[in-house]
Amino acid sequence: MSQCIISPGEFALQAKSLIAQLGGAPVLHGLSFGLRPGSWVSVVGPNGAGKSSLLRVLAGLLPCTGAVQWLGQPLQSFSARTRAQHIAWLGQGEACDEDLRVYDLVMLGRMPHQAWLAGPAASDHAAVARALAVMQAWAWRDRLFGQLSAGERQRVLLARVLAVEAQLLLMDEPLSNLDPPHQAQWLLLVRALVSQGKTVVSVLHEISIALQADDMLILQQGRLTHQGACKEVTTHRALEQVFEHRVRVAMLEGQWLAVPRIQGLEP
Amino acid sequence: MTSGTDSASRYAKPGRWLALALLLLSAILLLLGMGVGSTGWDSLALLQRDPSAWQIVWEIRLPRSVGAWLAGALLGLAGALAQGLFRNPLADPYLLGSASGASLGVALAMAMWGVSPLATQWLALMGLSGAAFAGALLAVLLTLLLAQGVQQTLRLLLAGVVVGVVLGALSSLVLLLVPGIMQAMQSFMLGSTSFLAWPSCILMASVVFLCGLLAWLMSPLLDALALGEATAQSLGLPLPALRAGLVVVLALATGTAVAHTGLVAFVGLAAPHLVRSLVKTTPARLIGLASLCGAVLLQAADLLARSLMAPRELPVGVLTAVLGGVYLLWLMHGQSARRRGSGA
Repeated sequence: MSQCIISPGEFALQAKSLIAQLGGAPVLHGLSFGLRPGSWVSVVGPNGAGKSSLLRVLAGLLPCTGAVQWLGQPLQSFSARTRAQHIAWLGQGEACDEDLRVYDLVMLGRMPHQAWLAGPAASDHAAVARALAVMQAWAWRDRLFGQLSAGERQRVLLARVLAVEAQLLLMDEPLSNLDPPHQAQWLLLVRALVSQGKTVVSVLHEISIALQADDMLILQQGRLTHQGACKEVTTHRALEQVFEHRVRVAMLEGQWLAVPRIQGLEP
Repeated sequence: MTSGTDSASRYAKPGRWLALALLLLSAILLLLGMGVGSTGWDSLALLQRDPSAWQIVWEIRLPRSVGAWLAGALLGLAGALAQGLFRNPLADPYLLGSASGASLGVALAMAMWGVSPLATQWLALMGLSGAAFAGALLAVLLTLLLAQGVQQTLRLLLAGVVVGVVLGALSSLVLLLVPGIMQAMQSFMLGSTSFLAWPSCILMASVVFLCGLLAWLMSPLLDALALGEATAQSLGLPLPALRAGLVVVLALATGTAVAHTGLVAFVGLAAPHLVRSLVKTTPARLIGLASLCGAVLLQAADLLARSLMAPRELPVGVLTAVLGGVYLLWLMHGQSARRRGSGA
């Protein structure tokens, strides 16, 4: 257990003893951690570790006890609208209306910035155009969501999250259904967002991609077992341990990769 | 970027054309509605000279057409709301038990006070409508109570089914105990536009206006819900308050329509589907278009009911059930054919 002890001012978001329940069953047991501004943090852990629940708690979608501080203020003190302007959330497998046009769908990401019933302003159209261009989805802006392939849909949903232009992006399995070129492009995108000072938290089951992040939160059974830089050896060992040594972190062509170990282990 | 604005306005256009076409169709159907009846177009031609012709057109035909339009608008609005709110294309305005509640209200009113839907007096009519409305509202409240709020969609739908079955059984019991109201009750259950008079129209028009306004005020919720409930919440919307508000609008629109025209089948279910098959639009815009579409559907059905077997009259609910059922089947067939065609 090595939790970074840094002074509170260095964190964009700080969570203290988060406890959350899902349908009566506890899913998070007192998580405490901090997220540096302008950093990319991967959340990894075995199935049912509470990764998605953690993102939901941070997005204000799942009630929790404990304290979340965002930019030095309690998250509860933000109005729902202000919170939505600051924090964008991409869910995993959220069913989306197939009759929506891609452009309209991405425009919904601008809702926190629009006055009620006012409709989109020029700045909203500009943000949507930027987000669609970044995800290379501008060409299908007039198509219906239901007409797209699974990978194309995911890119549109990512564009929806980008269109919020939030300071904190919470993405649950952002790479699902994306082919390797678009996965690589997503990595570039996250790097660009981070360099603008934004904080990105992603839940990823491709551990090799998760290892490209700055920091890593390793969860197991609703507890934080490790927080550290992705480059650090202690993080690699913690990763191997949490996955029961079924993966091995190794360096290949200058980057850390998680190599699955299928044989040679007792069941 | 101007290309974004262009692209946005391109979405609104087909919707506007459809709205215009539906309004035009309404006007044509209204004109036809004034001309169809036992005395035919003569009454319309003699309007200026013959006071009885004036009476036929003004007191009978016109309120009927206008009333059918308004009731259809309420059902279309409720249908689009229900489908958006419950995120289910099969949702229909009668889901929350309002239909069976209204039936029970009418059955009780007829059994206890002997009011007949054929009564033309203001008071009797209001009494019957009031009973239907109260029944619908109480049934929806009961459903909400059983579902412990509006937040869990599945609970809400199941509670609606339970309330529907139980209240339906109670209505049957009332019918069994007071067989005299059987015939009047039957026309209510089938749905009928033949009792519509100006007072009903005025009442329905105000409710159309009120529900339309409220639905429009809360419509961003429907757009956001298209992304999924959690995402809608992550966009900072006050989800519980808006959802509760829209359920009330749904109950009000359905209750009012049922109170005046009985249980007209399929209009609320088919109108949003018809619009969606013609234009692709956002859920918020769908509400307005589905209202117009429902209005035209019921107005047309009323016209057919009056003219198909003239001088005898068909209950309008029978027509909407047959036509709506055939249309939905056709839509289903078209969709599965397209799915096979696109071949996964």
